[in-house]
Amino acid sequence: MLESLVDATGLTKRFGSFTAVSGIDFHVQPGEAFGMLGPNGAGKSSTMRMIGCVSPVTEGHLRILGMDPAVDGPAIRARIGSVPQEDTLDTEMSVWDNMVTYGRYFGISHALIRERADELLRFFQLIDRRDDKVDPLSGGMKRRLTVARALINQPEMVLLDEPTTGLDPQARHLLWERLYQLKRSGVTLVLTTHYMDEAEQLCDRLVIMDRGRIVAEGSPRELIDRHATREVVELRFASTEEQERSVPLLEPGSPRVESLTDRVLVYTSDGEAALGLLAEHALQPTSVLVRRSSLEDVFLLLTGRQLEE
Amino acid sequence: MRAPAVSSLVERELRVFVKIWHASAFSAFGMPVLFLVAMGVGLGGLVDDRPGAAAGLSYLHFVTPGLMVAASVQQAAGESLWPVLGGIKWDGRYVAMVASPLTPVDVFAGVLAWIAIRVAASTVAFLLVATVLGGVVSPWGVLALPATVLCSLAFAAPTSAFSITQENEVPFAMIMRLGVLPLFLFSGTFFPVSNLPGALQPLAWLSPLWHGVELARHATTGDAHWADLAHLAILLAWVTGGWLWGLRTFPRRLTP
Ligand SMILES: Nc1ncnc2c1ncn2[C@@H]1O[C@H](COP(=O)(O)OP(=O)(O)O)[C@@H](O)[C@H]1O
Ligand SMILES: [Mg+2]
Repeated sequence: MLESLVDATGLTKRFGSFTAVSGIDFHVQPGEAFGMLGPNGAGKSSTMRMIGCVSPVTEGHLRILGMDPAVDGPAIRARIGSVPQEDTLDTEMSVWDNMVTYGRYFGISHALIRERADELLRFFQLIDRRDDKVDPLSGGMKRRLTVARALINQPEMVLLDEPTTGLDPQARHLLWERLYQLKRSGVTLVLTTHYMDEAEQLCDRLVIMDRGRIVAEGSPRELIDRHATREVVELRFASTEEQERSVPLLEPGSPRVESLTDRVLVYTSDGEAALGLLAEHALQPTSVLVRRSSLEDVFLLLTGRQLEE
Repeated sequence: MRAPAVSSLVERELRVFVKIWHASAFSAFGMPVLFLVAMGVGLGGLVDDRPGAAAGLSYLHFVTPGLMVAASVQQAAGESLWPVLGGIKWDGRYVAMVASPLTPVDVFAGVLAWIAIRVAASTVAFLLVATVLGGVVSPWGVLALPATVLCSLAFAAPTSAFSITQENEVPFAMIMRLGVLPLFLFSGTFFPVSNLPGALQPLAWLSPLWHGVELARHATTGDAHWADLAHLAILLAWVTGGWLWGLRTFPRRLTP
């Protein structure tokens, strides 16, 4: 059996009396894309920083590449790549100098850095901008540069904290595609996100986090099958009053009914029957949408709250 | 802290510096030289004729080491305020550094190493010009260089240890105005501390700048004293104290 790259048991992070990560257990296997999905404040970044050996573990057991971050931090960091939530590019220098400087922090020779930086900038479609300063680059380019830079040491595992937050759809898809290629080349990815589509696109396996805890774990498909119905009926009504009246009517016929501010979600295997119930009471939704359940639904069903507010 | 780690950080600073060196050349070198000409040569011509002029030295000889150390300390203080807070607060470059094998203590050592190098470079340039102008009497003057660098580190170590704990730059202008500027003027730089009102003299002795100026002056004038050992010890104590403080503040801020 292959050894886990990340091995966390009872992992806890406290800031003063506040507990950001509350005794979580998870393992990351070589070659997989492992995700942490959760809303803002769930403790994803705090967890990532402990894995990245830039934040001491408060309590619990953590091994990265078989080593203890408290003892072997520099040796671990030499073998992983880190893309923090906020870009940390060196704004005083060019794209190229960012790659070289960062490589030097790893003690890599200039010749080897030049070779790798050239290759990485090509791969991330930044080679045309190699002599430009960092500041005028678009958000997507800065993000790609941060990822490219994190690969300068040819890491076995790359940590990506919200890799595409704040990017436009085109920039996100380009980055997803590159990350997918990276994964295919054998690099282990650990990423956090609060976008369920990102988790579904990139992750082989993920944990859903909320308030410092893991509330569920599995592949995207498994999580949906286990915690949600196959389909969801989304109903919108002309008034809040009508929406409020509909909920008690729907509840007896469906395993779960969630009333959100602007719509009602009915988790049921029989959408037609649910609509029939409403018609009997002369309630006509203004719109009806039947769709497949997503990770967003899993989160809602497990926590009663939405991923993005 | 490891030597290759620190040298990679110095390399980073150099990479930035070679493109913008001219922006700081005036404040680091041009200004002290202008002061030296104006005060040492110009003002010196006036005061040297007066009875009771500074302790048997010409004013140029007196003020040369004073200006040199005071200008270096000012440069060191500036470099350990804004750029240090910026590294964690404004551009996150320290966050990138500690994500690599570098540690927060490496980052701290890198800050001090770079300040030492810059101060040394300006001091060498200043010493050469001052020698040409006749401000340096003794060949022992070369020892003014380590004295100046040490004195700059006596400021830079505690100041950067402090800067990294801050959330914004509000206290910095105050430190420069109410801390560094008075020291600049009253640490035996432009006139002997003995000319200060008696009650203020002990305050000057607290200033690391005074100890640095005394050391440098004894070097450029070739006039060593046993007291120099005490000056040296006090400067080393400031550096050590600042270093020990930074060993706590840098990790706390960079790896929370
Ligand atoms: N350095 C810190 N000091 C104090 N509290 C922190 C610190 N970093 C994070 N937190 C708190 O920990 C909680 C989890 O934050 P974080 O790990 O950033 O969550 P996420 O990345 O899932 O949004 C938040 O409530 C945040 O305010
Ligand atoms: Mg986060």
